[in-house]
Amino acid sequence: MTLGGMFDVAIVGGGVVGCAVTRRFVLEGAKVVLLEKGADILSGASKGNSAILHTGFDAPPDSLELACMQAGYAEYMEIRERLRLPVLETGAIVAAWTEEELAKLPGIVAQAHGNGAADVRLLTRAEVLAREPELSGRVLGGALVPREHVIDPWSAPLAYVLQALANGGEVRRHTEVLGGRFADGAWRLETSGGPVEAAYVINCAGLYGDVVDERLTGATAFSIKPRKGQFVVFDKAAAKLLRTILLPVPTERTKGIVVTPTAFGNLLVGPTAEEQESRERAAVDEPTLRMLADKAAELVPALAGMPVTAVYAGIRPATERKEYRVRVEAERHYIVLGGIRSTGLTAALGLAQQAWRLYARPHAAPAAPLWPQAPRLAEHGPRDWQSPGYGEIVCHCEMVTKREIEAALDGPLPAQDYGGLKRRTRAGMGRCQGFYCNARLAEITLGRFADPLAVGAEHA
Amino acid sequence: MLDVAIIGGGPAGIAAALTLKARGVRRVAILEREAVLGGVPRHCGHPPFGLREFGRILTGPAYARRLAALAEEAGVEILPRYSVTALQPGGVVQAATPNGAATIRARRVLLATGAREAPRAARFVGGDRPLGVLNTGALQAYVHLHGLAPFRRPVVVGTELVGLSALATCRSHGIRPVAVVEAGARPVARWPLGLFPKLLGIPTYFNDGIEEIRGHGRVEAVRLRGGRELTCDGVLLTGRFLPEASLARLSHLALDPGSLGPVIDQYGRCSDGAYFAAGNLLRPIETAGWSFREGAAIGGYIADDLAGGLPAMEESINIVAGEGVKFVVPQRLARVTPLRGRLQLRVEAAISGRLRVSSEEAVLYKRRISTRPERRILIELDEMRPPREARQLVVEIVP
Ligand SMILES: Cc1cc2nc3c(=O)[nH]c(=O)nc-3n(C[C@H](O)[C@H](O)[C@H](O)COP(=O)(O)OP(=O)(O)OC[C@H]3O[C@@H](n4cnc5c(N)ncnc54)[C@H](O)[C@@H]3O)c2cc1C
Ligand SMILES: Cc1cc2nc3c(=O)[nH]c(=O)nc-3n(C[C@H](O)[C@H](O)[C@H](O)COP(=O)(O)OP(=O)(O)OC[C@H]3O[C@@H](n4cnc5c(N)ncnc54)[C@H](O)[C@@H]3O)c2cc1C
Repeated sequence: MTLGGMFDVAIVGGGVVGCAVTRRFVLEGAKVVLLEKGADILSGASKGNSAILHTGFDAPPDSLELACMQAGYAEYMEIRERLRLPVLETGAIVAAWTEEELAKLPGIVAQAHGNGAADVRLLTRAEVLAREPELSGRVLGGALVPREHVIDPWSAPLAYVLQALANGGEVRRHTEVLGGRFADGAWRLETSGGPVEAAYVINCAGLYGDVVDERLTGATAFSIKPRKGQFVVFDKAAAKLLRTILLPVPTERTKGIVVTPTAFGNLLVGPTAEEQESRERAAVDEPTLRMLADKAAELVPALAGMPVTAVYAGIRPATERKEYRVRVEAERHYIVLGGIRSTGLTAALGLAQQAWRLYARPHAAPAAPLWPQAPRLAEHGPRDWQSPGYGEIVCHCEMVTKREIEAALDGPLPAQDYGGLKRRTRAGMGRCQGFYCNARLAEITLGRFADPLAVGAEHA
Repeated sequence: MLDVAIIGGGPAGIAAALTLKARGVRRVAILEREAVLGGVPRHCGHPPFGLREFGRILTGPAYARRLAALAEEAGVEILPRYSVTALQPGGVVQAATPNGAATIRARRVLLATGAREAPRAARFVGGDRPLGVLNTGALQAYVHLHGLAPFRRPVVVGTELVGLSALATCRSHGIRPVAVVEAGARPVARWPLGLFPKLLGIPTYFNDGIEEIRGHGRVEAVRLRGGRELTCDGVLLTGRFLPEASLARLSHLALDPGSLGPVIDQYGRCSDGAYFAAGNLLRPIETAGWSFREGAAIGGYIADDLAGGLPAMEESINIVAGEGVKFVVPQRLARVTPLRGRLQLRVEAAISGRLRVSSEEAVLYKRRISTRPERRILIELDEMRPPREARQLVVEIVP
């Protein structure tokens, strides 16, 4: 017998895609287990991104990617209030800085209209500057994308999983899928946490999509080409300098470097697009970080000298081809959602719908599913410290309360490492980066993390 | 309505409160976001603190406790766990309090929020982002406030005074630094303190820095620019102080891009006359004793101001940091004769030459100087007679 009995579906990988798929299948009535090798969900590509909810205005026409982005966008908007997920309504401007870029704008608007973003329109230089007066006067014009918005990239997938858990789903962390066999209509997966049996498997392993494909089916149709993106986050004082997401005119290879507000009240510049071998190392380097900060100050001159709050990098699960690598093997009860390169935060809910359609087996959906609430992390919404009884403010830069930290350490999916705690609360992510609160956090989290903040007691 | 709301209960804020009470100001409150007063000395577990204030040498925590007790005895209203979130024109501040959000009004507000060290992100240190990368302030809080160790074998970056005191903290708490790395060619702290790492037998690498931090989970190693690889379980980033000026930065108050603190005049008065500032918020950085005396002096000016006694702000002379000078505090002088107080300045790089204060053609002050970053440089203002029509004074170091 395997632990937990027979599942209808085992989902491999708790990135944003796996979290969304888990939610969808639970809400459709399937008995689901999510298997994640990391200490927490969001251990891979989904850990660091630009946090933009894309309309798909510039996506490849008629692609699965576009369809999933549109469906994902729509579903996010539909469910967000019930899950208490934020949207920072920024809109975006694709800004042209050269005559060549200016000449491309009408084509971008036409493509946007073709992609269903009918509200996208050209802005004159004066209109761009009227909307964003801190922008460099070198700007020549732009295209406005009114519905391109910013979300909280961590609370969204967390909320998907929390809803799955609240409605009978199961999540196993520290559980790596090592291999599996399909026989007699069911899978038997070998994992680092013991065997798991499920009728159906959905591979959402992101940066390891090809590896898991290989482990399960003995072959893979794609190979992951990790593509790193570094970011610089400016101080909250920068937030007033830009209200709209500032996009560059895209090139064939990348969406390019973006300057954008964040849901946490900062301003962000990035990402780069750097091919690398490693699927794990999201390292930053000084010359690149300087380049990004300089680039931001070139576009928004008042950013020169603005204090930097944080730096980070994320890795895109790109493949040798641009498009999503989605494949279903109906006889083998297997779906792979692979190569969800640079739009997965947006498309996740749409990909989950797509996976459900491909799966095509009936279940009895719960009549009145529960809707748990995501933590209140967005700066523009109410925060926990604003209501009494919070105990103490532990992280002063991000105003994180003891009550929030305790909730993140308990609850149905407790944080099991510092990264997980930060993503659930924002603790330690502010301008002092733990100068004031790190030791207190070490004390509060004592005995909770496999990788603890403190290595032990001091020896006086 | 308070007479004076003091934001930050470190040495500067407490000293100001004591002076204000001694001067008979009735309602003086300290808003402190921690549970207790004392500020940074609370976790500086080593002497010497308090020599000037108490005539004896104390450890930081003992000094902090004495200051807190004095404030209490003097009848200062102490509001612990009040975290100020916004400053509004005219002396209105927003705070998070144990009872929820609150608006606090005061005739004058003193900002005394101190300074902290630049964290890793702000220094653009490359590599992975594992656990175990901290500032001295956090290390001190680990060992002194919580009895914990964040690492056992760190690489220590920086040789300012605080870096050396960090080595002492490590040594007395079972932490054995692997190496000290300094960007400059020699220690920043004055001789003979700069010899400290050598005395402890810790290898020190000058003209070097961390190129890359490595580690999955926790720090495992660092690679220096010079190519050296060091195995370690932590990185301690010391010094590179920054005023904790986030409140001011988000507010209507003018900020000095050189000091990174609020713009003040010789009375500690900010660009909005309802606000004053004192202590290490003004500049990176001075000692606790200095911050205390500065707080006391500026507390006195606030008392003067409440009694209607400070010269008008409109007539100010701007002080400009010229050639070779990183910043000058105060950044403005209200026009009075004779001028009182002094200018504090710092330089960006080691420099020798003539320190000069001038107004257009007229040189008001000069002296020979040979100095280095983080050294205290003072100019007494009573030696200076700016011309009546002077709008700005330039402070510079010329060959
Ligand atoms: C720099 C950057 C910027 C981006 N900006 C945006 C944006 O603004 N908007 C947007 O919509 N998208 C954006 N994206 C894209 C988005 O982040 C990705 O598309 C998305 O995170 C991919 O998620 P995933 O679930 O497919 O993969 P992952 O997040 O990699 O999830 C896979 C999970 O599977 C786990 N796993 C792997 N192997 C195994 C195994 N054998 N057993 C068990 N578990 C396993 C991993 O630990 C991981 O948690 C950006 C991406 C990057 C890198
Ligand atoms: C790591 C470190 C080590 C040092 N070591 C020494 C030493 O060995 N000897 C020495 O003489 N000096 C030392 N100094 C310098 C000096 O002691 C301190 O900077 C000194 O405490 C300055 O006093 P202060 O009152 O200006 O600020 P602080 O002591 O920093 O006090 C500021 C207070 O303001 C509070 N505060 C901040 N923001 C808010 C807010 N928004 N709302 C409410 N309260 C707020 C803080 O909690 C804090 O209590 C050290 C400084 C640091 C950072």
